[in-house]
Amino acid sequence: MIGKIFRNNLTSAILVIILILLAIVFYAAQIGHMEGPVLLQHLVNGISLGSLFALIAIGYTMVYTILSMINFAHSDIFMISLYFAFFSITVFNMPWVLALICVAAATPLVGLLIERLAYRPLRGAPKNSVLISAIGASFLLENAATYLFGGRPKAFPDIPALTRVISVGSVNFQVVSIVIPIITAAILVILINFIHHAKTGVAMRAVAKDYEIARVMGVNVNGIISLTFIIGSVLAAVGGFMWGAKYPGVTPMMGVMPGLKCFVAAVVGGIGDINGAVIGGFILGLGEVLIVALFPGISGYRDAFAFVVLIVILLVRPSGILGSPVAEKV
Amino acid sequence: MLNIEKLTVKYGGITALDSISFNVPEKRIVTLIGANGAGKSTTLRAIAALTKPSGGSVRYQGEDILGLDAQKVVAKGISLVPEGRRVFANLTVMENLRIGAYLRKDEEGIKKDRKWMFEMFPILEKRSWQPAGTLSGGEQQMLAVARALMSRPKLLMMDEPSLGLAPLVVKSIFEIIREINRNGVTILLIEQNANLALKTADIGYVLETGKITLSGAGTELLDDSHVKAAYLGAAKK
Repeated sequence: MIGKIFRNNLTSAILVIILILLAIVFYAAQIGHMEGPVLLQHLVNGISLGSLFALIAIGYTMVYTILSMINFAHSDIFMISLYFAFFSITVFNMPWVLALICVAAATPLVGLLIERLAYRPLRGAPKNSVLISAIGASFLLENAATYLFGGRPKAFPDIPALTRVISVGSVNFQVVSIVIPIITAAILVILINFIHHAKTGVAMRAVAKDYEIARVMGVNVNGIISLTFIIGSVLAAVGGFMWGAKYPGVTPMMGVMPGLKCFVAAVVGGIGDINGAVIGGFILGLGEVLIVALFPGISGYRDAFAFVVLIVILLVRPSGILGSPVAEKV
Repeated sequence: MLNIEKLTVKYGGITALDSISFNVPEKRIVTLIGANGAGKSTTLRAIAALTKPSGGSVRYQGEDILGLDAQKVVAKGISLVPEGRRVFANLTVMENLRIGAYLRKDEEGIKKDRKWMFEMFPILEKRSWQPAGTLSGGEQQMLAVARALMSRPKLLMMDEPSLGLAPLVVKSIFEIIREINRNGVTILLIEQNANLALKTADIGYVLETGKITLSGAGTELLDDSHVKAAYLGAAKK
């Protein structure tokens, strides 16, 4: 019921959720005697983390919509993009904008490769086989990265243009914390427009519904699936780059936790729905940052927050905030 | 226009189509009637390249199209109205029509054809911004037909267009089939509703457990005692 109202109006949904969160935050801040500027700072951080989660969660949800499978390797595509960023800046001395473009161009190749080698041969196979294949691809990427780049964390190069701290009044934040939500919003506008208005975007939704009939109508289904992986990887790459700028430190296993959280975000929002992935991403990102800020005593449990939300949502609304219950026809 | 020779389809060890042969002459309505599981849908799926046959040939305008990709088959002018309608429920009526014309590049022609669809199915124009899933069964069937026509096919294959529809709606669907045919589109129709199908069609084939057992002009088959007994509900003498 609530989902219906939300589905029809993304902006109102986001607004309502943000308002609820704000109300909780201000109430808690009153109790905890937190000062306004400090709170604002945490909000900025929460929104930027939420944007990053949203970017990655979209990749999960898009692949799920088209192939009804969870692309477990997505988190490792994110990780690979961070290595790409690391090398393009440190080894090839690229300026950061150029590096961002290169990373966004190179990462999809990995996504495509995985689709070709690990998923396409299994088209028509039982879903569990594809799932196992996805887990295998994920382990392969993690171990390949460990083998190639070493397990020791690499320091993500400092990008002064992004890490510079600016102050507005008595609020201090890094440029990157503002850049992330702006880039995310821009990408979202483009993506949603593409999916709803471009011919290929319409075809993408058609394939998601019934790929066989889409094929009969002349849609190149394999091409659409590849495109889905490309879009997901580009988003993960942009997210990865920004992640590196904000939280420096690159390791082969670093994709696991953000990946899991973003998968949770996609499920919480309602898997199969891009708007849901965005809402889920913001709930988890804002929630995680604010809980730590408001209750420093339990900051050790910050990673648990996403999973608590997941459990609650699964109990209350198993199909997620925007998801509609799946009716299996017999 | 379409010549099927000794088409055989096997699902695992089961033979769904056993070396069937039939012809669809240009500008005609041809119907394949038969009971559930006789292999009617399989025939259409094989022609549309959704199912791989294990033998035989499908010639379309003199050219062997067996083994072509489904996309190529549409491009050649063969379009399918699938069983159970299968409209894209999450897409609007407009978007469904857009996918129907997916391979076409002539924007003007597409616009003209869309107008034709809306003349033939005025209800679709009223519903053009509604998701197809919110349409009634009959409306969805009309949309499925319109979607298939948007590729401007020379041959339209229809799989059980009357299935699950109210009698009045069925009647109008069959009138539309005739109208489409009058516009020069050849039609291969698959039906369980043998009575209406044979009345509408120029040529009929009876398919029984994967084999063609009878063929003839539509009206001829209507009078056939076997057809009467098996498909038209008349008592055997």
